Amino acid sequence: MLRQAWIIAAKDLRLEFRSRTAFLSSLVFTALVLAIFNFARDPTVLSGTDLAPGILWITFSFAGLLGLNRAFALERENRTLDGLLLAPVDRTALYLGKALANLVFVGTVEAVALPLFALFFNVPLLPVLAPLLAVVALATVGFVAIGTLLSAIAVNTRFAELMLPVLMLPFLVPPITGAVQLTARVFSGRPFAELSAWLKLLVGYDIVVVLAAFLVFEYTLDE
Amino acid sequence: MTTVESARAAVRTSRLLLGVALLLVAALYVRALAFTPVEAMQGPAQKIFYVHVPSAWTAFVAFVVVGACSVLYLVMRDIRLDRLAAASAEVGTVFTTGVLLSGPMWGKPIWGTWWTWDARLTSTLFLWFIFFGYLVLRGAVREPGQRARFSAVLGILGALLVPFIHMSVKLFRTLHPQPVVMNPDGPTLPGSMLATLLFGVFAFTIFYAGLVWQRYAQLTLEDAHAAAAAESER
Repeated sequence: MLRQAWIIAAKDLRLEFRSRTAFLSSLVFTALVLAIFNFARDPTVLSGTDLAPGILWITFSFAGLLGLNRAFALERENRTLDGLLLAPVDRTALYLGKALANLVFVGTVEAVALPLFALFFNVPLLPVLAPLLAVVALATVGFVAIGTLLSAIAVNTRFAELMLPVLMLPFLVPPITGAVQLTARVFSGRPFAELSAWLKLLVGYDIVVVLAAFLVFEYTLDE
Repeated sequence: MTTVESARAAVRTSRLLLGVALLLVAALYVRALAFTPVEAMQGPAQKIFYVHVPSAWTAFVAFVVVGACSVLYLVMRDIRLDRLAAASAEVGTVFTTGVLLSGPMWGKPIWGTWWTWDARLTSTLFLWFIFFGYLVLRGAVREPGQRARFSAVLGILGALLVPFIHMSVKLFRTLHPQPVVMNPDGPTLPGSMLATLLFGVFAFTIFYAGLVWQRYAQLTLEDAHAAAAAESER
């Protein structure tokens, strides 16, 4: 199953690597959002670091949402999902493959956006890099797990581009609040004890969402 | 009796139940306004409690029914479960709206603000968003089998999400009054107020049942109509 999942993910990533349209536009979009946020604050009142965690996560969510639509939209455009369903591939492997490709996609956008964010908002990243990356990874896993599942549904509806955010934003409340709180505490160097409640929430959410997605994904496909 | 005939009969009986429910709600207003003591600290503003809490209870029941029907639908594949989930979601949206409207009316005189990002308020708002997303999704999928599967998946995910939203907003501190009935130390509410509240919960539950029943019967008719239209086109 893992091998099948990897083949699907590799196919998606190869497609993306050759065209690079979705990746580049997501990246430019991220940079634009970060730049525009700069005008949403009064620099004489609020320092960059006060707003930084919120800005970082709102930017990541929007960039991620853009990327998620891509995974099933391409298959739908070319009617290739039928082919995938006819292939002797486990449906769980199909979900896992799509989720893996999304994870790499969103992760890459985040990896490029993070230094840009540090530059724009003058946040020293290097001293807190390890805990920050852990928070980013935990929140991104939950985000991609639920996002891949919901995008499989949204792509089959009318107004697919609008449907995904409407369905998905409520599901981002736990991971994004958790990630913002943790990021703020990491930036201000709080002790681990102050992180643990939010960490538990984030990990719990990831586990529940990933398990639920595996269980119900097959129902989002045509029979 | 055919499906259509029994659905028509169900629409008629549900009207009867709705009539009873409306009488009960009217009786609740009379009892709450005229025969229940005024709360010493909050004054007449507290009266909205007898509408607010039963609405919240009913919204919660509606939400549990949607979640349970969604799971059962995916297991049993009975379209009636899907209709019940749809009817319950519609009615639940209305009651959640009621909670979100009656809360601020009380909050303004008592807290001095219409809205605050308190745990319960935020959870209820997101409950509304989830209900709304569920109904929007139903409206955006045409094929009935696909619509039923998609909405069941969303119903299950929503049921898993709400506890998480509640936990995450609860980690910020809460301003909302603490439970006065389901309290670990037993009810702290005086007897006559408790009686009015329980009566309100009862009246609103009947109201919910009547509305869901009627919507369920109407959805059955709609489906039968769509099937007949598809048949005649062929």
